[in-house]
Amino acid sequence: MSGYLEIILSQMMLGLVNGSFYALIALGLAIIVSMLGIINFAQGAFYMMGAFLAWMLNEYLGMGYWAALLVVPAAMALFGILVERTLLRRLYDANPVYGLLLTFGIALALQSVFRIKYGISGRSYSLPEQFHGALDLGFMDLPYYRAWIIVLSITVCIATIVLVERTRLGSYLRAAMENPRLLETFGINVPLMITFTFAFGLALAGLAGTLAAPVYQVSSQMGAHMIIVAFAIVVIGGIGSLTGAVVSGLAIGMIEGMTKVFYPEGAGVAVFIAMALVLMFRPAGLLGKG
Amino acid sequence: MKNTQNRLLLLLFVGVLAVAPLAIYPVFLMEALTMALFAASFNLVFGYSGLLSFGHAAFYGVSAYATAFLIKDHGFSTELALLTAVAISGALGALFGLLALKRRGIYFSMVTLALAEVIYFIALRWPATGGEDGLQGVPRGALFGWLELNDTMTLYYVLLVMVLAALALIHRIIHSPFGLVLRGFCDSEQRTLSLGYEVQQHLMVVMTLSAALAGLAGGLKVLVFQFATLSDLSWHLSGLVVLACLIGGTGTFWGPILGGIAIALLHSLLAESGSWVTLIQGVIFIACVQFFREGFVGTLSKRLRNRRATSLREQA
Amino acid sequence: MNQKLHQCILAGAAWLLASSAAIAQTPAAPPPPLKIGVLTDMSSINSHMGGAGAVIAAKMAVQDFGGKVNGRAIEVVSADHQGKPEVAATIARKWYENDGVEVITELTNSAVAIAVQNLAKGLGKINIVSGGVTEALIGKECSPTGIHWTFDTYSLAVGTTRAVVQQGAKRWFFITADYAFGQSMQARATEVINSMGATMVGSVLVPQGTKDFSSYLLRAKASGADAIALAVAGNDLLNAIKQAKEFGITKGGQRLVASILFIPEVDALGLDATQGLTLTTNFYWDRDDSTRAWSKRFYDQHGSMPTSPQAGNYSSVTHYLKAVAAAKSSDPKLVLQKMRDTPVNDFYARNGHIREDGKLVHELILAEVKKPSESKARWDYYKVLAPIPHQSAFIPLAQSECSLVKK
Repeated sequence: MSGYLEIILSQMMLGLVNGSFYALIALGLAIIVSMLGIINFAQGAFYMMGAFLAWMLNEYLGMGYWAALLVVPAAMALFGILVERTLLRRLYDANPVYGLLLTFGIALALQSVFRIKYGISGRSYSLPEQFHGALDLGFMDLPYYRAWIIVLSITVCIATIVLVERTRLGSYLRAAMENPRLLETFGINVPLMITFTFAFGLALAGLAGTLAAPVYQVSSQMGAHMIIVAFAIVVIGGIGSLTGAVVSGLAIGMIEGMTKVFYPEGAGVAVFIAMALVLMFRPAGLLGKG
Repeated sequence: MKNTQNRLLLLLFVGVLAVAPLAIYPVFLMEALTMALFAASFNLVFGYSGLLSFGHAAFYGVSAYATAFLIKDHGFSTELALLTAVAISGALGALFGLLALKRRGIYFSMVTLALAEVIYFIALRWPATGGEDGLQGVPRGALFGWLELNDTMTLYYVLLVMVLAALALIHRIIHSPFGLVLRGFCDSEQRTLSLGYEVQQHLMVVMTLSAALAGLAGGLKVLVFQFATLSDLSWHLSGLVVLACLIGGTGTFWGPILGGIAIALLHSLLAESGSWVTLIQGVIFIACVQFFREGFVGTLSKRLRNRRATSLREQA
Repeated sequence: MNQKLHQCILAGAAWLLASSAAIAQTPAAPPPPLKIGVLTDMSSINSHMGGAGAVIAAKMAVQDFGGKVNGRAIEVVSADHQGKPEVAATIARKWYENDGVEVITELTNSAVAIAVQNLAKGLGKINIVSGGVTEALIGKECSPTGIHWTFDTYSLAVGTTRAVVQQGAKRWFFITADYAFGQSMQARATEVINSMGATMVGSVLVPQGTKDFSSYLLRAKASGADAIALAVAGNDLLNAIKQAKEFGITKGGQRLVASILFIPEVDALGLDATQGLTLTTNFYWDRDDSTRAWSKRFYDQHGSMPTSPQAGNYSSVTHYLKAVAAAKSSDPKLVLQKMRDTPVNDFYARNGHIREDGKLVHELILAEVKKPSESKARWDYYKVLAPIPHQSAFIPLAQSECSLVKK
């Protein structure tokens, strides 16, 4: 296989892996932004917290990866309930700017707590035994774990979208955002819906963090750049569209992969250029509802 | 009554600043003054026009890099480098405005944030900006060829004069008819438009001015510390300047100034334990948004107004 | 009336005399302590190189010296610069200008070292670098008050790179950290490679703190190079090596080259992953009796075997204190004169002396990481292959870019 084709295919493959992460995190962010109107700057920090939780479960409780995949999202959801009840409640009627600033503060605080304890380099999380080895794709060796990332992320994203857009629970959640008063008259506990939504967004972040721990190293800075990229992806996909966030996440991952073939140092800015283009020609985002 | 009170406050402020370097480490004072200016310039857009520009560090940082670059690599004189850098950041402000002012509210913030990240990325990759090391060892030079800025005290007084002049300019802008239109926009865009004001033009102008003044702060910072690095362009800094306004009180003149000084003080006290500073900043952010949205100066002036109102009522 | 007044005046005068006598008797205030600043990376990617261990090393040096010099107590202050040059420069400025620190040591990493050296140069204060290794410190960025106490990128290139080319690696691909160290390293290594008839087939710059090297490693693999050089340091190196294994980068016979390697990194990765890696260094704890003796004392306090920057910090602080005692003053010019006039001969540097460009010339060693079967205990990791005499280890003065070198 020619070196050139090998390079393109392998970078696209890696791009798909990265894109799976982007999709998962952007989806969590999009849910919170579209359904609660809170610009959650702390989504990256929650992702980081999820990764640390997975590490801590292993380090202090001997709990392995598979258990962590279930426990961490649950724990993050609980944390989300706490945060929503104590801090976010007062902000729903205020200027959305305050939601952004509050979550910015939460992000700073969380990042520093973990940095104080674990430094900037953080900790290592070992690859679960089942995943040692790689798939020989011909143009590259794709480690089993990275293939798993793609599979799990896309499955969870599809399941979430189906939950929100096709089920009754999902319709209640969407209604709670659009017209809470009316929904209340139907006897639905709207504050509970809201809390649930936020907690769900955090659970997704926690899952992404656990998924990232074996490959990206668990460090306090891991969510810092991720959040800005996630914002850009949500804007590209269109605020209000969950499918938009997932599709854009995957697409951006692949675009970055392509960029790495020709100009590797430029990959980081690709998402922002894409965002600028989308805003110029389709201000509501690719699949947005305006 | 208010005028003489204000005048006295001003005199006190300037007086304290004039003698402070004799007792307090001048480099810290200069850091506080540049931060105060940065916050005050940012507040023109945030507090008075009601737009959260979440990428203001781009203006500060670009000017810092420009100043460093022009002095160090191109032998510009200090004053020419500063002027050029301020012009560059002003132009960047206009560019940001062109792209971001198409939207309002949170979209505006996201666009400014993303644009600032692009600038960060360019600075990271462009060899001329020294990548992750930034530009170090920038000579301070001599202002107008004779004010030797290597002497910390001389630098301090030069910087003090420039910052005070810039703050005076900001005060003038706020209390001018131009400033009133901005506040009108902040209250209600529809009504201001219906009164026939060219809101978009006003916003563009304030964006440019704010960026230029933030640029002045950035350029001065380079003269003090003699380096420009990626931190000067980071979203952390963009967030810090918002925090400064929140603590002090957005929509007031003195609020951001005090907030900026507070941020610099916090930073200096805990400089040697970096992570604790960020933690405290985060906690203050949360606390301010929850309980203290008007900030110190805002709350203070509200209390004073209430007291005056009740005393007036009692007199009646 | 008059009498009372006279009495008062007399009493007052007596009181005044008594007080002044008492004041004159008060012993003079003790001379201020000599402050040594250890400015290192305690929380970022290179925290295992210097970090808390470097502070321990400095304190050991002070203790062994007796804790006092010229009638002054010696105080060690330390701070974490988090790997950022601007944080380092701000702390260093405050230390020198406001806190009375007279010398700043350690200074991992290369960018931090340059920033602080520049600052110190402007203020006329001494700095000694045992951490940062860019040759620019004694080249373009050299300083009359800056001393470079360890090996540099020139040493690494003529040591490691040359050895690997000699072992048969003709085509090279570089994965380089995009800051002072990486850039220096790649430039110097390229020269060595070209001078030996080998070729650079490609390179890619990566940001410091990169977590995911997979796309760069795959590029390197696709380039068909014999040797993939990792010009990255600290945790970045750890990640790169781990991921190279994951992606089977060396399956096709390509070899990894670590441009710079320290013992805690070998410990973290294990001999399985690092066996056979060639490295250049100036200090190995198990080299001879003197290194073993000192390292054991260090180990008792730190719990890990010492690295080159940590040992260097001990050695440099000791030499500095000896110079201060000999000069009977802490004035930078006098102290530097004594430092340069006195040779350095301790467990760290054999037959060493300080050159006019600020370099401590000393003997280096070329070593290789042992196979797991060859190692008898933890920390028994290196096989010393050959010494590198100081004449070849450092850039000849004739080629120096330092403005202080008279040619």
